[in-house]
Amino acid sequence: MKPAPFTLHRPSDVAEAAQLLTRFADDEVRILAGGQSLVPMMAFRLARPGHLIDINGLGELAQITQSDGAIEIGALVRHNDIASAEIEGATGALLKKVMPNIAHHPIRARGTICGSLAHADPSSEWCLSAATLDAVLLARSATGKREIAARDWFTGAMSTSLQADELLTGVRLPVLPEGTRFGFQEFSRRKGDFAICAALVVFEIHYGVIEEARIGIGGAEDHPRRIAEGEAVLKGQRPSAELFARAGAAVAAALDPMEDHSTKAAYRRDLACDLVEGALQEAAR
Amino acid sequence: MNHRPQPIIGQSLTRLEDPPLVRGKGRFAADVNFPHQLHMRVVRSPVAHGRLRGVNVEAALQLKGVVAVWTAQDVADLSPIDYREGRIEKLEPYRQPVLARDFVRYVGEPVAVVFAVDAYVAEDGADLVELDIETLQPITDAEQAVGEFAPGLSTEAAIVTQGFGDVEGAFASAHAVVSLDLQVGRHSGVPLETRGAIGRYDAARDVLELHGAAKVPHKNRESLARMLGRTTTTLHLYEYHVGGGFGIRGEIYPEDILVLVAALRLERPVKWIEDRREHMMCANQSRHQRHYVSAAVDREGRLLAIKNEFFHDQGAYPRTHALRIAETTCGILPGPYHVGAYSALGHYRLTNKTPCATYRAPGRYETNFVRERLLDAIAHKLGISRVDVRRVNLIKKEEMPYERPLSVLEDDVSYDSGDYEGLLDKSLQAIGWDELQASLKERRANGEIVGAGLALFIEKSGLGPTDGAHVNVDTNGVVEVITGGASVGQGFETVIGQVCADILGADYRKVRVVHGQTDRIEFGIGAHASRATVMTANAVAAAAAKVRAKALDMASELLQTPAADLEIEKGVIFRRDAPSGPTITLGAVANALRPMAKTRGPREPGLCSDGWFDSEHQVYPYGNQLAVVKIDPRSGAVTVERYLIAYDVGRAINPMLVRGQILGGFAQGLGGALYEEFLYDDNGEPLSVTFADYLMPTMAEVPPVEVLLCEDAPSPRNPLGIKGAGESGIAPVGAAIASAVEDALQSYGVVRQLPLTPQRIKAILDGFKS
Ligand SMILES: Cc1cc2nc3c(=O)[nH]c(=O)nc-3n(C[C@H](O)[C@H](O)[C@H](O)COP(=O)(O)OP(=O)(O)OC[C@H]3O[C@@H](n4cnc5c(N)ncnc54)[C@H](O)[C@@H]3O)c2cc1C
Repeated sequence: MKPAPFTLHRPSDVAEAAQLLTRFADDEVRILAGGQSLVPMMAFRLARPGHLIDINGLGELAQITQSDGAIEIGALVRHNDIASAEIEGATGALLKKVMPNIAHHPIRARGTICGSLAHADPSSEWCLSAATLDAVLLARSATGKREIAARDWFTGAMSTSLQADELLTGVRLPVLPEGTRFGFQEFSRRKGDFAICAALVVFEIHYGVIEEARIGIGGAEDHPRRIAEGEAVLKGQRPSAELFARAGAAVAAALDPMEDHSTKAAYRRDLACDLVEGALQEAAR
Repeated sequence: MNHRPQPIIGQSLTRLEDPPLVRGKGRFAADVNFPHQLHMRVVRSPVAHGRLRGVNVEAALQLKGVVAVWTAQDVADLSPIDYREGRIEKLEPYRQPVLARDFVRYVGEPVAVVFAVDAYVAEDGADLVELDIETLQPITDAEQAVGEFAPGLSTEAAIVTQGFGDVEGAFASAHAVVSLDLQVGRHSGVPLETRGAIGRYDAARDVLELHGAAKVPHKNRESLARMLGRTTTTLHLYEYHVGGGFGIRGEIYPEDILVLVAALRLERPVKWIEDRREHMMCANQSRHQRHYVSAAVDREGRLLAIKNEFFHDQGAYPRTHALRIAETTCGILPGPYHVGAYSALGHYRLTNKTPCATYRAPGRYETNFVRERLLDAIAHKLGISRVDVRRVNLIKKEEMPYERPLSVLEDDVSYDSGDYEGLLDKSLQAIGWDELQASLKERRANGEIVGAGLALFIEKSGLGPTDGAHVNVDTNGVVEVITGGASVGQGFETVIGQVCADILGADYRKVRVVHGQTDRIEFGIGAHASRATVMTANAVAAAAAKVRAKALDMASELLQTPAADLEIEKGVIFRRDAPSGPTITLGAVANALRPMAKTRGPREPGLCSDGWFDSEHQVYPYGNQLAVVKIDPRSGAVTVERYLIAYDVGRAINPMLVRGQILGGFAQGLGGALYEEFLYDDNGEPLSVTFADYLMPTMAEVPPVEVLLCEDAPSPRNPLGIKGAGESGIAPVGAAIASAVEDALQSYGVVRQLPLTPQRIKAILDGFKS
């Protein structure tokens, strides 16, 4: 568990990082952010980057900025930073609720939100949040900038549409209006493990009925996504236990869960059903 | 008024070994370094079963910094790895070669080794070694048809049997018969410190050294000397701090032999530190057994007979313990109960998976689960309570010592002492069993899936036959106790220090305990089978008593007082009837006994002595564990709400350490009950090679445990009355939790397999719906 040889680069600004990416694009170049996923993969020699570009010195990426109804989280914002950040609207409360479900304190102190998005683990809580809230991912290369909608970001398990010469500089999230309801539930075998399945739900209640419903599922399929079939059940309806159960069932029916040696697809599907129901109840409380 | 010293035995003193550990000054295997050392990296088989056609080492040899690369040909002169207890004729052909020869038999089997100037280069070099392996069909299940280990050799390497009485007759005339099919999953001790071995050859003294030893350094020295053709006086093993042993650390593995041979041949020290992934593929695994068990009972649930047929999944090779687990499984299954007749038949099968061996409570974790499941099933079948079915079968206090024509570790089973029913009553009362049943019933009526369970067990400990120790007091009054014991983190130094200080009258903080150094003492039993305290402490007590007698004899002359009137406390000798009168320290007595000292007179020089302890039989502590669990209907996950461990240890030298042993053992037992499992796919590929896949319980998963520690039944088999404590916490955890889960499910005969993973429980719950 010693990594294969590599060259470490420490750029002093984002432009230099982007240039380095272009220069070594054909040579298994990787960005090093918190290192909480990349370093273990290198130790197992599952990742063998020839060049590592360490962005930890780029203070300009460590900011959370808010303007025009949007929140921008820079590439060096760590999971734990969310706890003390002042973030507008219901979005702040939502992120604060989700964050403690990620790993354990020491990992959260190093790991970054954008690192999670770039790594694109199917179970990642931030990937689920980005998908559910229709985040916009901000990419930059030596030649320019690009904005990528969350729904176009994930291309499979641990794979994204980011190009080899691109750096993810940040992610933009909408400010959810005050009063927006949300619920988050996940199941993992132990505290801090990657979730076997997770559900994030968001809706508003206007004149007693549900509007703007979003239901996102993570961990079940190869990447998190919104489940329109479940959202449709909620739209314009009065919240009730029966409705939430139906929404859960609709989500479960719409999923095509992964199956592996240790987890059956049907188990994930059943969990999704119950987690959605539970998250909706939590949101309605 | 006569002054009587404060006893030291029985006090929860803080540990002697802790100061360096809590200051970060400990030394573990990876901390051991020698000038000019090389690093070894093992190239391991990527397939579970195959014919090894060739190994190409050319590219690796070209790499700068690589000093040598060896394959089986380079170590063709080495014998395969021996069994710890010596030759076992029938199993000789199954021994593991140091490097795979002709066949590979599990993923992770050492095939080649690279020696390089640092650990990184060694791993780069290992990457360049090319293996040519023709894949063969693996055997991944001990119950599938037996195959060939090698031409003409069956993968059923042995069949073990034990039994007594007319089993068939009992079944024919029984009131009822209960049969179960039960499995315990493959799991193991996973110490925080992985294995490590540093070989060094000191040509100036002609001594070959193995650093990083654990568990059984003296036994291993004998085996290694035999394998390497050396005398034991020129081969020494050194134990440092050990970050957890649990039975799996400290056995001889291929790497231990390779570093020694390499140190000799390459004439440089050779260091090997196992990484976590290797550990999960190559260190001994354990527990994997499937039992087909039946009981014949009378109307009241008395066990007329038990039939126990089982399949023991040994993995690719027997390891140094040979057949011990399978044999213990046969011998200990009846536990604390009367059984009219009994037969055990174990199939010791080789499969293409990581080899298995002893893990804390080997053979007992498995059989406690099997036996206690059986009792629950009998209770259900006959409509009697789970407590009553146990009560009616328990061996009584008056029947001690209780002999049974079975054997465990080649020792005839003979329970030494115990009041099993008395302890059962105490623990039922402590947990409030009857009220608990009522409250659980009410919660179940409200839709919760909750239940309570219990498991009774006996432990075995203190395997003899003999251990010795040497106690020496220096002229400063510092006491050195030299033992052949081993410390795997359990508090060995503390316990030995307390016994020595108590018997001798020394200051506990001035006792230094030596262990795991073969150059300090000729014999030693190490630390396994919960024996260190029973065997070594009694030997130390014998030595300390002799030193005390010698000190009193010398002091009596110096203080002009009859020895019988003297007392020793905290290293100071004084008149019992005049504690504030003239005194002399143990250091001063040691000074008076120096070879040149005139005061010595005709006495032998030195304030020191050897002591020995012989035991005829093991000793049998006992206990029970009670669990309350809750099941999440959505996921099937089990939460342990309450847990009580009652245990009679005979005599606790240090109750705090006994508690520590119990709680640590419990956490591991919980792992095997709910979380930990080494899984393999159909090709024999291991799937649990990281801590993300092999789930050990953490702080968040381990509930608080209530411990009821008793000393009602000291052992009559040793002067201190000690019984072992090391394996008591873990042994029945799977049994107790399974019992509670089945109670929660209110359905019987459904909990048949450990670990009780959420998916397995969810499958049972789904089964109710359909
Ligand atoms: C024991 C353990 C448990 C964990 N549990 C969870 C969990 O429950 N939920 C969860 O979501 N995560 C979990 N994680 C992962 C953790 O959240 C990681 O921090 C996160 O996945 C990656 O963030 P990082 O900053 O450490 O990225 P790194 O490890 O540095 O990088 C990860 C990958 O993303 C790329 N990358 C990183 N930043 C950028 C960027 N700005 N632009 C382009 N590419 C980039 C890297 O090149 C690399 O390929 C766990 C990790 C561990 C070790």
